[in-house]
Amino acid sequence: MAARHVRLTFSGDEVKRPLIYELGHEFSVITNIRMADVGQTTGWVILEIEGTEEEIEKSLIWARAQDARVDEATLGDVVEG
Amino acid sequence: MSYSYALRCRECAREYPLDPIFSCEFCFGPLEVAYDYEAIAANTTRESIEAGPPTLWRYANLLPCDVDYKVDIGTGFTPLIKADCLAEAVGLDTLWVKNDTVNPTWSFKDRVVSVAIARARQFGFEAMACASTGNLANSVAAHSAAAGMDCFVFIPDDLEQGKVVGSGIYDPTLVMIEGSYDDVNRLCTEIAANRPWAFVNINVRPYYAEGSRTIGFEIAEQLGWRAPDHIVSPMASGSLYTKIWKGLQEFHKIGLIEEPTTRMSGAQAEGCSPIATAYEAGTLNFVPQKPNTIARSLAIGNPADGYYALKTMEETGGAAAMVTDVEIVEGIKLLAKTEGIFAETAGGVTVAALRKLVASGKISRDEETVVVITGGGLKTIEAVADKVSAPLRIPARLEKFDAALAARDVAPVAVGV
Repeated sequence: MAARHVRLTFSGDEVKRPLIYELGHEFSVITNIRMADVGQTTGWVILEIEGTEEEIEKSLIWARAQDARVDEATLGDVVEG
Repeated sequence: MSYSYALRCRECAREYPLDPIFSCEFCFGPLEVAYDYEAIAANTTRESIEAGPPTLWRYANLLPCDVDYKVDIGTGFTPLIKADCLAEAVGLDTLWVKNDTVNPTWSFKDRVVSVAIARARQFGFEAMACASTGNLANSVAAHSAAAGMDCFVFIPDDLEQGKVVGSGIYDPTLVMIEGSYDDVNRLCTEIAANRPWAFVNINVRPYYAEGSRTIGFEIAEQLGWRAPDHIVSPMASGSLYTKIWKGLQEFHKIGLIEEPTTRMSGAQAEGCSPIATAYEAGTLNFVPQKPNTIARSLAIGNPADGYYALKTMEETGGAAAMVTDVEIVEGIKLLAKTEGIFAETAGGVTVAALRKLVASGKISRDEETVVVITGGGLKTIEAVADKVSAPLRIPARLEKFDAALAARDVAPVAVGV
């Protein structure tokens, strides 16, 4: 088992959708919300995801396909000016 | 000596030893260096700073590294220039330009890298690394060369030639990465997690970021030990902007200046404006963007310190402005024509944003303002190459010169804005 910490950012209609619930049902991963701030139109969640490397990766590819932005939990862009 | 004693989580305040780590294990908040301010105050006076070297190392007591490990190529204590012509052009009574284009690799990144490499050497790292669109790469490569350390620089594969050469000349291992901006970010995060290097804005980021406070220190010292009414700074990750404010607060905390009431305003390019967009929407939650601007040194779509920048804006009563690529070029030209300073695109963003903030009343005419210019124009010459006055091309004969001059007076050949 592996674990990843990612930051999911939602905007628009995705804010209202139970994406984390769906992710947990579509893939064999355990999701654990560690921090979050979700408003009416935008929101972010720091999510701990446990599972096999392959299943975690597949779940994140799926999340991106649902228009959620996925970043490493504790960093912004690492490419700087 | 350094009076730093711990890393502290900016969210939950848990403390950690001064290690090469950057986030809290419990809440994933970013770590920041904690200092013993009482000890700093007891050992630091205006006079002791003034007696120091004309570099950022005059603030050694306030830096999170031992000066024995410094790599000093002359960074910092850059000029603070009274900018009367630019003030008149934008509609201010008193304006100063903090000119960080004159650092050793022509950008403010030399400040953060100076601190990062000193701390990295103190930790025992033998190699430095970074991922950059230009300025940071140039600085890390230069400092590593001066320190005799291995250096790995990762850049996108579509960078301007000047920026590639600006790093390559120092002979690092230069890696051009094919793919989208997100691909580059993702790969560099993976590389950083798997190599025993000091990746300046990842595993030594808490120390690296502290270098930006020296701009705040210098502004206060150069104004005669006081803070200005307003500061306008560019915002990319948001780190520089927040650290300038932190620097002013710290100077007050150790008794060197009165309590600052400076309003902090930030500048972004419209093509990469997550912080300014959130400010306009009245929220502290920014939405990451895909950068699309000529101001590539500010092209951070997912700013690590975006939330803290918005908090600082709220706390100080500052504002944010975003400007188009056309306005960026106008800003570069305005600064050059009024003050004789040739800035890169980030400087154009900041000057154009300053003009907007004054025009909209967010900075009032009587506020003494400092505008922070962070990089030199020769780095982004492509942005203005076809928008400067065209030369008079003549045969080497006096009458041809007279004729060309007369023709120019009739029909000016200046092009662009």
